[in-house]
Amino acid sequence: MEKFVRHTGKAVAMDLANIDTDQIIPKQFLKRIERSGYGEFLFYDWRFTPSGELIEDFVLNRPEAEGASVLIAGDNFGCGSSREHAPWSLHDYGFRVVIAPSFADIFYNNSLKTGLLPVRLSAEDVSTLAGRSKDKPEYAITVDLEAKSVSDSLGYLKTFEIDDFRKYCLMNGLDDIGLTLQHESSISEYEESSRQTQPFLAFS
Amino acid sequence: MKTLYDKIWDAHIVHSESGKPSLLYVGLHLVHEVTSPQAFEGLRLNGRKVRRPDRTYATVDHAIPTKNRNLPFADPIAAKQVDTLRQNCKDFGVQLFDLDRIEQGIVHVFGPEQGLTRPGMTIVCGDSHTATHGAFGSLAFGIGTSEVEHVLATQTLQQAKAKNLLINVDGDLPFGVTAKDVILAIINRIGTAGGTGYVIEYAGSAIRSLSMEGRMTVCNMSIEAGARAGLIAPDESTYEYLNGRAFSPKEDDWDNAIEYWKTLPTDDGAMFDRTVEVDAAELAPFVTWGTSPEMSVTIGERVPDPAVIADENKRKSYERALEYMDLEPDQNIESIPLDRVFIGSCTNSRIEDLREAAKVVRGYKINSSVNAMVVPGSMQIKRQAEAEGLAAIFEGAGFEWRDAGCSMCLAMNDDVLAGGERCASTSNRNFEGRQGRGGRTHLVSPSMAAAAAIAGHFVDIRDWRFKEI
Ligand code: SF4
Repeated sequence: MEKFVRHTGKAVAMDLANIDTDQIIPKQFLKRIERSGYGEFLFYDWRFTPSGELIEDFVLNRPEAEGASVLIAGDNFGCGSSREHAPWSLHDYGFRVVIAPSFADIFYNNSLKTGLLPVRLSAEDVSTLAGRSKDKPEYAITVDLEAKSVSDSLGYLKTFEIDDFRKYCLMNGLDDIGLTLQHESSISEYEESSRQTQPFLAFS
Repeated sequence: MKTLYDKIWDAHIVHSESGKPSLLYVGLHLVHEVTSPQAFEGLRLNGRKVRRPDRTYATVDHAIPTKNRNLPFADPIAAKQVDTLRQNCKDFGVQLFDLDRIEQGIVHVFGPEQGLTRPGMTIVCGDSHTATHGAFGSLAFGIGTSEVEHVLATQTLQQAKAKNLLINVDGDLPFGVTAKDVILAIINRIGTAGGTGYVIEYAGSAIRSLSMEGRMTVCNMSIEAGARAGLIAPDESTYEYLNGRAFSPKEDDWDNAIEYWKTLPTDDGAMFDRTVEVDAAELAPFVTWGTSPEMSVTIGERVPDPAVIADENKRKSYERALEYMDLEPDQNIESIPLDRVFIGSCTNSRIEDLREAAKVVRGYKINSSVNAMVVPGSMQIKRQAEAEGLAAIFEGAGFEWRDAGCSMCLAMNDDVLAGGERCASTSNRNFEGRQGRGGRTHLVSPSMAAAAAIAGHFVDIRDWRFKEI
């Protein structure tokens, strides 16, 4: 997994609540068997007309959004299906951080495993940052995972919550499976003891 | 004193350390073609094996066609995805219930049907509706592809414990009010983020009175309420459903299993972090009018008027939803005309759902303006429905009778709404474009969907004239 330590980048705001994974990456793009290359399909139905033309006034298509790497969104971001293609497509498109008041559970987890950092801030803070990004085309935000802080050049500085273990994995780009396999003997012991105490639950 | 969730959690801890997520053992891992290819590829790249092929079962459901399945797939990318799963299952020794098998069906339908799903178990699948299996008193939740790879390699999952939410539905469900209406009512009440961070336990006399099919419908949509898992304590209905199924324990094992399962229900006086009470007697059939499962009203009500909503964000989201759905404020729900009707999905495609729908359809023809289809949840259900004469009722009325799969629930195959088409659907999501770009989805119960197919618009199932022939 790609490490995440600190990132400064241009912010763009989509201040809608309940942006679901069906919008982030529509199902017709889930048939691929690769893990990369989903960026071009991000928010496909919002970015393109049915005949494939660019919808110019959609925020991500506006010239000032070019190169944005911090997405600011509304409540319950990433609700819906468990498709990890959603964080893959955001990451592949160029986003490194999503800031929202709340995230759907599975999306939040999936993001951390993709190297995309989901940051929860209060609804007021999110709306302040969204406002600033709308007012100023080159508006940039810095997210420092080590300090668990979000800041900008206009004096905004707030900290956010993230599980320490997740933070540690993300900062070191650690592979979960490798970490878990350090406990291989506990897994085997668990399996052995259930075989002994609950043989009736084995699959034939 | 522990809740059902606490008990299952504790029984599956492999390793825990403070400040870190726990390592939870996974009893059953269900796999399908869409969220698994990258996970198997990850195993290959790292030279890893599937740790417990005997606890891993695969089927194809999401991207497959539901008709003409003897022909090569029209969609080469979907065909490649299915072939990739076949190869992966072969290479890693995983049992696959492929298109030629009677067991084939939607992951959350075939698992319980085969007796793979059991009380007290942990179940995961790369699909958010895995909570369905919670109907059996198992802790079941959806995971992403990286986690699928993690489970394949280690048979465990790193998890932080959620909080306990009790939803008590007491009282008798009125005539015409189904399990689907119960869960739509709950989502309407607590909102689509209301269950975030919780595992829901559904309890109360109305839940106990539901069949296993109905309980699965309720647990299925836990994710639409924001909860990753929803569960119901096992009881006699659970045991009766599981007894004799292909993978269910047999003979002495069965008796021992029941003895264990009886220890699972929440202890009297166990603590819940939050409790919600629902009065079953007050419920009515629900119809969603918007683009989120919480945007719903009962059949007698009208489409809401955003103008009267004080909260600005909520008002904006209502306005946007009405525009997408092409509805007017205060519009009568029964006046909404339909183009399509879809009876299927892991929410409502089981034999009981089909029986309920067929009861409504019997003796009628579908409205000439409507195109309607029934997609059974598994091939076993399809054959059973044919044997019971349900298929003949549907086909006689003008419904298409398809093979098992997810179909128009997510429209990854050819079963897609055209832009602007309006559909009464028994599935679980009414998001923008869920059933096809520009398509408009109204979520309802199977009997409400069936009645709408015949009338050409929504009608109150409580006033339906059932024909006995
Ligand atoms: S039927 Fe729909 S919700 Fe259920 S598993 Fe298939 S796509 Fe997901």
